[in-house]
Amino acid sequence: MYLYSQFDEDFVRNRVAQFRGQVAKRLDGSLIEDEFKPLRLMNGLYLQLHAYMLRVAIPYGSLDSAKMRQLAMIADRWDKGYGHFTTRQNIQFNWPKLNDVPDILDALADVGMHAIQTSGNTIRNVTADHFAGAADDEIEDPRLVAELLRQWSTDHPEFQSLPRKFKIAVTGSPNDRAVVKAHDIGLRMIRNESGEPGFEVIVGGGLGRSPFIGKTMREFLPKADLLPYLEAILHIYNLHGRRDNKYKARIKILLHEEGLAIIREQVEAAFARIRPQFQTPSDELVADIARYFRKPDLPPRGTGSFEGLIAANPAFRSFTETNVANHTNPDYGIVTISLKPIGGTPGDATSDQMRVVADVAQRYGHDEIRVSHEQNLILPHVAKADIPAVYAALREAGLATANVGLISDIIACPGMDYCALATARSIPIAQEISTRFDELKLENDIGPLKIKISGCINACGHHHVGHIGILGLDRAGVENYQITLGGDGTETMSLGERAGPGFSAEDLIPALERLINTYLDLRQSRDETFLQTYRRLGTGPFKAALYPQTTEQEAA
Amino acid sequence: MTRKANHQVVTANHLLEGDAVWFTARQDWSRDIADAAVASHEEAAQALLNAASKQQDKVVGPYLAAAAIDANGNAAPAHFREAFRTRGPSNYFHGKQAAGA
Ligand code: SF4
Repeated sequence: MYLYSQFDEDFVRNRVAQFRGQVAKRLDGSLIEDEFKPLRLMNGLYLQLHAYMLRVAIPYGSLDSAKMRQLAMIADRWDKGYGHFTTRQNIQFNWPKLNDVPDILDALADVGMHAIQTSGNTIRNVTADHFAGAADDEIEDPRLVAELLRQWSTDHPEFQSLPRKFKIAVTGSPNDRAVVKAHDIGLRMIRNESGEPGFEVIVGGGLGRSPFIGKTMREFLPKADLLPYLEAILHIYNLHGRRDNKYKARIKILLHEEGLAIIREQVEAAFARIRPQFQTPSDELVADIARYFRKPDLPPRGTGSFEGLIAANPAFRSFTETNVANHTNPDYGIVTISLKPIGGTPGDATSDQMRVVADVAQRYGHDEIRVSHEQNLILPHVAKADIPAVYAALREAGLATANVGLISDIIACPGMDYCALATARSIPIAQEISTRFDELKLENDIGPLKIKISGCINACGHHHVGHIGILGLDRAGVENYQITLGGDGTETMSLGERAGPGFSAEDLIPALERLINTYLDLRQSRDETFLQTYRRLGTGPFKAALYPQTTEQEAA
Repeated sequence: MTRKANHQVVTANHLLEGDAVWFTARQDWSRDIADAAVASHEEAAQALLNAASKQQDKVVGPYLAAAAIDANGNAAPAHFREAFRTRGPSNYFHGKQAAGA
């Protein structure tokens, strides 16, 4: 496991002590909320519908067993015995009391963690593929680049007051698991014709109120040019991004309004100027970072009883089919632990489950755990010979749901069960969908399908890029759910198309059933996924399934 | 067309626990919306909010919320968001619904 360089013990302890003082002052009335609110937000403390919420940072979604056990301890001691892993690859505690928060922050610091939030109009935390360092399609570990970018951008004098916040994501392989086309800058590692690694540089993506797919600014950027090129992009954005309207200030709007060609020309000109004098990071720094993310030594292990158990045990076989991905080392696998039990809350883990994951990671997983933006946990390096034991331990803890990538592996934001900004609930919708399709025993037949649910236009549930996206709205005082179809968050990204008028919570599930049945009827074979069928046929038949009456009326 | 009376209550989150509370006629805060003071016109509502806003050492973010009157003549939530605030989340038996049990 790497040592995270951002974690500066003195700095964090100081911040906790300061915050302890601020909480005391808030409680004795010498600070009013207007003064206190920015302070608590900086420390990750939000106020939701029913309680405070503490959002704990998990850089690159990477944890080890000690951290996971401490999160479990915090959940038991100061919360209600569980935590919620989010689409931002962090964990939220939904029930802390204000006066306990400084103690929680100290407990986090004990294991090198914090809840400090990057805020303001700066370059925010850089995110990377959750399979980093393990995936068999990976060219290089994207966290090295991500960490380099973080160090380059932190305190960069030119970029402390950008027009708006700025998010960068990196994937180390051509297959995009980090939704890079939905970030201000997305970097996709590829090789050029001569086999050298470099990046496709994608700019101006984003979800939320005005969703855009990022556009390719450079087909191939050599690795060595990465920092000066990004500096050029940021420079142009800083000059021309709109500061007059917060809804139009992201780089996606600049690109949309000015056009890619014009911005590209400006960026390339700035790049040509910047590059000759650019101070490239020292070899020591690069070597230091590489050391933090050093891959564990993975001795050859053979596959033990792995193949035999697949043949003998159908439940284990489905688990390996959905929840185990290929590792660079053929003796190993990447195990995804689904936090989507049938009928459960997407992304929640109890303290007992966290401890089981910690034990399993320590014993069988080289002490590495990742959090995915799809709200699951990942053991990136497990010997195939150990997967049967891992499976048994997970199953005992209710953590072996074999549904990764299937209809019940739903992303859902907290929605109006917790979030103060929500316009409708999302969790109960996810619970009903997963329960219903489990009853129908259709899940495996349906195959790969991503449903993503947001409880408001802010799109934390990434509904625009769900094969089926669901957006909860308030229509005249009633929860109403709008369906979008055909979204995709990978390297073939597309934004879902709104199907038509929204549905009430009761009508939504039957509508989805009609939609899925239509897909099952129309697909050419079991191998054609929902998204492929949708792309082949267009919206027509799916709209007809969702709105049978309207279609009949039109026909009449 | 009969227009519904414009009933409003003042609600906020408790400073320490963060849970929903309502401003009462005794100028303090209750965890039960039924105890809330109800304003029936805009002026009264503003007066209520002003009084409540002086108590920022007890609560966070007081605001006016539309209310209904239940069969017992007490305040009740008029919108689903406010109804959820009287109960707690729907995925676990946590929050107010659990405290009342
Ligand atoms: S999408 Fe809206 S409701 Fe959901 S978590 Fe984000 S802000 Fe809250």
